[in-house]
Parts: sequence; C-alpha cells; structure tokens
Amino acid sequence: MNSLSQSTSTALQLIASLDPGLLAIVGRSLSISATACAMACVLGLPLGAWLGVARFNGRTVVLALLNTALAVPSVVVGLVVYLVLSRSGPLGFLGWLFSFKAMVLAQALLVLPVVTALTRQAVEDAETAHGEQLRSLGARTLLRSLLLAWDERYALLTVVIASFGRAISEVGAVMIVGGNIDGFTRVMTTAIALETSKGDLPLALGLGLVLLGVVLLLNALITAVRYWREQAEGGSLAVAMVGGAA
Amino acid sequence: MKPVFGLAGASVHYGRVGTGVRALHEVSLTIQPGERIALVGANGSGKSTLLRLLHGLAAPTAGQVLRDPDRQQAMLFQRPHLMRLSVQGNIALGLWLRGTSWRDAKRLAHTALARVGLEELAQRHARTLSGGQQQRVALARAWALSPQVLLLDEPTASLDPHAKREVEALIHEFAHQSASMTLVFASHNLGQVKRLASRVLYLEQGRVLADLPVDDFFSGPLLQTQYPAAHLFVKGEYV
Repeated sequence: MNSLSQSTSTALQLIASLDPGLLAIVGRSLSISATACAMACVLGLPLGAWLGVARFNGRTVVLALLNTALAVPSVVVGLVVYLVLSRSGPLGFLGWLFSFKAMVLAQALLVLPVVTALTRQAVEDAETAHGEQLRSLGARTLLRSLLLAWDERYALLTVVIASFGRAISEVGAVMIVGGNIDGFTRVMTTAIALETSKGDLPLALGLGLVLLGVVLLLNALITAVRYWREQAEGGSLAVAMVGGAA
Repeated sequence: MKPVFGLAGASVHYGRVGTGVRALHEVSLTIQPGERIALVGANGSGKSTLLRLLHGLAAPTAGQVLRDPDRQQAMLFQRPHLMRLSVQGNIALGLWLRGTSWRDAKRLAHTALARVGLEELAQRHARTLSGGQQQRVALARAWALSPQVLLLDEPTASLDPHAKREVEALIHEFAHQSASMTLVFASHNLGQVKRLASRVLYLEQGRVLADLPVDDFFSGPLLQTQYPAAHLFVKGEYV
C-alpha cells in the first residue's frame, strides 16, 4: 500500500512536471494510434458503408469473416505483420520492422475490422429503416451507402473514437513489430509493461494514468457527441465502449 | 392513351416461394394517365407491396409489370425519412439525385417549399420539424421532381387531425394540377378515399378483390352483391 501511494505520488509529479521522457512516449503513442486510426477509417468507413447496403452472393461469409476479425488478438496481428515485414517476408525489402511505420501498419490492421464492422452495422440499420426512400429518389447502392454513412455521421464519429481507443490501448502488436526501443518505438502500453517488469512503478503508473486519462477523454468525447446530436434533433445514439485493451 | 402501369398476373413473395410470405398474388390491372386510385384493405393485404411494385422498389416474382418510362414518378411514405440536412437541403438532394446541379436544385427546392407553405423553414434542421411539417417537406421533395405519377403509402396515417387536413389538401392540389397527373395511394381513411379517389381497389390477402369507380364502391349496389368482403370492409365490419 505504501509502495502504491509512493508510486502514485511520484507518478503524479512526473505528469505535473511534464517529464520529457514521459511526454515523448505519450506523443509517440498518440501519433501512431491517430495515424493508424486515420488509415483504418479511410478504408473502413466506405467499405463498411458499402457492405451495409450492397447485397451480393457470399455476403454472409464476408460478414462472418469480418466479425471474426473483430476478435483476433492483437498479438496475432502483430505476429502476422512481423512475418510480412521481416527480412525474409514478402514486404521485408521495405525495411519497416521495428519502426513507426510498422507499428502504424499493425494498429491499422487491428482497428480496420472494428471500423468496418461497426460502420456496416450502423449503415445497414439505416438502410433497413429508410434506404427504400433513397432508392425511391434514385440513389443506387454506392451513392446510397455514402449518403446513409453521411446521415449516420454522429454514430460513425463514435465508431472513430472507439477505434482510436482500441488502437491506443493495445500492447501486443506494437510490442512485436515495434520492439519497444527506447526513444524510438516505445509507446505507453509497451513502456508500462517494461517499467513494471523492471520495478520502476512510478513511470509505469504515470503512463497508466495518462492512458486512463486518454480513454476518459475519449469517453467524454462520445458523451459530447451524443449530447450534441440530441440537442440538434432529439435522437439517440448507440453506446460504444472505448478502451478494450489487448 | 398509353397506360401508366400495366400488371399481368403480377405476384410478389417475400422469402422463398412456398415457405415465405405471399404479399401479392396474380394481380392484373391497368392504370391510365389521370386516374386517382385508392388502395384499401386491412393491414397486410398487400397495399404497400403493390405501391412498391408499381414504383419499382419490389420486383415481381411472377407475372409482368409494365411502366411508361416517359412518366416521372415520385413516392411518399407513411413516415418520411428526411436526412440530417436543412429542409432546403433535403429537397435539393432529391433533385440532385435525379441529375439537377446542386445550385439549381437549391433554387428549385425553395420554389417547392413555397408551394407547401414552408419557405420560412428552409434553413431549419429537417429533423426538428413536427411530423406534419416533415410530411409536407417530403411532399415538396416529391413535388420538386415534377412527377406525372405520385404514389403515396398512407401519407397521413401517422399525423394528427390538423396535419392530416393540411397534407391531404396539398395532395389534392397536387393531384389536380394537371389532368394527366396519376395518383395511386394506400389509405385506411375511407373519407379521404372518397375525397381524393376516382377509382378504388380493395385488396385482401394479396389479391385485388374489387376494382370499382369510387361512387360504385361507396354507394352503388354493386359492392354488396358482387364484392361482399369489400362491402363488409366499407361498413367497418371487417378491418
């Protein structure tokens, strides 16, 4: 208990003094996860919207695979990216392993199914409710999916925030493909794991508190989006959970 | 004159034929330009499916549906879906989807809004309007498309009496703006059917059991003698 209170006190001092080491790790974590999330959204939002509207043979199989991908552990994603980027792997020539790019790629792949599946569900519900009216106006599949995605933009904003939460709180994938190199690929989650094993609890706890703060901020953002939408039109918003750690 | 719609033995099944739901069964009819047709019948009788079939939102699982491709159609639903846009933006979207430039669409949207008396709400968020106002916006959206055929699926069913009267008056105005305007609407409101329709189709379990001019449907002896089920429906004994 004494150790916990001492560590907490030191951790808070580290945060309050804006410790450069801590800030560097936090900044790296945020930039990697934000980049990965942006990449996943560029692909996942339109793909999910299209899957929500399009009807084709084999769609059920595609959706089953997509939903399965939601549950893939981050270490498995990390392992696959490691094998692909390793010197003997198909993309080994890029030399990305143990770099920022490799970590972004791993997190983007981890988050892509989340963005795609949740977008698909939101757009499919909208299509069921009123897709026919857009069809009646002449909107075909692709245009309808984009219009419905735009119409569900508040729900999709929640999806984006939730996927960022998933990215920033995972540890397995970035540990494997980043290597947890000090000052280079060390991020909050990998640093927490390392510092805890070394017994440097204040830094681990400080990073843990920052991570909790980030997740708290994301949840606050989701609440703000919900409030914003209800103020605008009195609607309701599906709750998305943020912070599913790997 | 070339008919607006021609149905020959048209059937619609939802799900697998045999085990699914038979929504329409071997419907044959012709609709001429300028006719104002009411579809009446109990819930699940096939009214909405027939409207969807006419509009091309449902495909026949058997039989044929012929539409005059030169006639622009628009459809109004019981609960209008307005996008998260301004009122004007919603109407402009309908025009834009039919190929009008966004700039022209916004201008035409304003004209359409003026016709339904909502021009002062043009910049309001569409979802903040009342049900009656939303239906009027949906009507303006249909109006803006300059359709020659208007299909309406219980357009006043979810409105309060005041809004019902407003929307019905607009539909009446819409229907009478040209002699060739064709109106097909589903309704449970027999008073509305008397006021708006020139011809009534009575549906039961996916079949058209009666197809009569409105006067014969409500007051002639024909209904009682030849269409007993429809007669009971009109008397309110079978709903």
